[in-house]
Amino acid sequence: MYSASDLRKGLKVQIDGEPYIIISFDFSKPGKGQALYRTKMRNMITGNQFTQTYRSNDKFEKPDLEERTMQYLYSQGDEFHFMDTSSYEQIFITREHLGDNINFLVDNMEVQVLFFGEKPIDISLPIFVNLMVTRADPWVKGDTSGTDTKPVTVETGYQLQVPPFVEEGDKIQIDTRTGDYMTRVKE
Amino acid sequence: MLSPAGLKQRSDFLQSLRLFFRERDYIEVDTPIRLPVLLPESEIFPYASEGWWLQTSPELCMKRLLARGATRLFQICHCFRREERGRLHAPEFTMLEWYHVGWNYLDLMRECEELVVALAVACSIFTGIANGGSLLRDAKEVRLTPPWKRLRVDEAFSAYTNTTALAALAEDRFDEILVTEIEPHLGWDRPVFLYDYPVQLGSLARPKPGAPHLAERFELYCCGIELANGFSELVDAAQQRLRFSKELAAMRSHAQPGTMPKSFLLDLSRFGDTAGIALGVDRLLMLFSGASCLDDVLPFSRDELY
Repeated sequence: MYSASDLRKGLKVQIDGEPYIIISFDFSKPGKGQALYRTKMRNMITGNQFTQTYRSNDKFEKPDLEERTMQYLYSQGDEFHFMDTSSYEQIFITREHLGDNINFLVDNMEVQVLFFGEKPIDISLPIFVNLMVTRADPWVKGDTSGTDTKPVTVETGYQLQVPPFVEEGDKIQIDTRTGDYMTRVKE
Repeated sequence: MLSPAGLKQRSDFLQSLRLFFRERDYIEVDTPIRLPVLLPESEIFPYASEGWWLQTSPELCMKRLLARGATRLFQICHCFRREERGRLHAPEFTMLEWYHVGWNYLDLMRECEELVVALAVACSIFTGIANGGSLLRDAKEVRLTPPWKRLRVDEAFSAYTNTTALAALAEDRFDEILVTEIEPHLGWDRPVFLYDYPVQLGSLARPKPGAPHLAERFELYCCGIELANGFSELVDAAQQRLRFSKELAAMRSHAQPGTMPKSFLLDLSRFGDTAGIALGVDRLLMLFSGASCLDDVLPFSRDELY
């Protein structure tokens, strides 16, 4: 159990049977009055946010959260299949749940899957991934139009802006936190 | 950790505080910070120390000295409150507390004005001070020229909330509404004294003559931040004992230890009308130096101690 005085930004607690992460936190206490823990939380499953003020005597359960290293295997329709790299257990997560993460998932990629009890609720990708450019307009030498980037498509179907020298077949490194181009990778 | 320049500012600030009170014939005292018994306060949690306690305020010892005939006392000391941490809270912080025999809370409000104005003059080169004695905060200029606004608690509730102080108290939401709906508005033109609290919220304050449902208590606010808490002291030992019994009962219901401060109550009957006030030194210094949080004006923040 956590008590209100344990609350801090980033702490994960369980409320009404669901896991929440604290995204902002403010302690206040009028002179001789009650300690108030003003807390903004995000539901780790639905993403919904809410704000609530807690008192000293409020208690919170610790959510049963576990992160497991898993390998991305393949997708079938809206189901994305992963395998636990130590137990070989296989699970799937829906497209809706993965959100923007699918832009950076390629076969055999190792990711961290967050479980709430038996239920996978989130994945963490590597910060940098290398993806193949599958479609790019050729770079016209001497192009003085002034634009210093051009759009390309990578193997996952994700589109982004890159410098003009990137060509079809190149591998590029992408920052999965921002979705931005980092560098061209020589292999 | 403060830089030498930060340490110098803090030192200059403390010296200016001392000078103000010395020039007004106050005696500086340094009472023990580790005590076998504290004043029972159900919302303040002390740290235990080998069966004794670290003080949460110097009030108990200072009032006992008043009972020995002292008439003007001040103290700058560290106080300890468990579970208080945040932008405006540190579990160990510096308190300025002063008492003036023969005064009431209105006299103290005036002295508060004089103190802050004198400090702003003495510290005029600090980052948070400009134009010969205004506070600068969040791109606003807070004028310190007295008189500052006096705002009754019931007026504040009707101005800023859609409930009343008594209704909020009955629903156990007084503090929450005060903090979220009232405090943010207070003290942006000039500092504000919020005063005349419901008597239940002034365990050590005197009931207002002719209005016993109110306590002669005030809080000083500046830039939405609570800086000081003062009152006309309750000097009726029998009434004080009754209030402590209520506090102790509330504490027992939360398994909080506490004992009746007997020698304090004996001494309480030995002095007359007195006003006393506690001011958060780190918070005022924070405003003066334009710092955003308490940690920025402490010689060490908590995390830097490891």
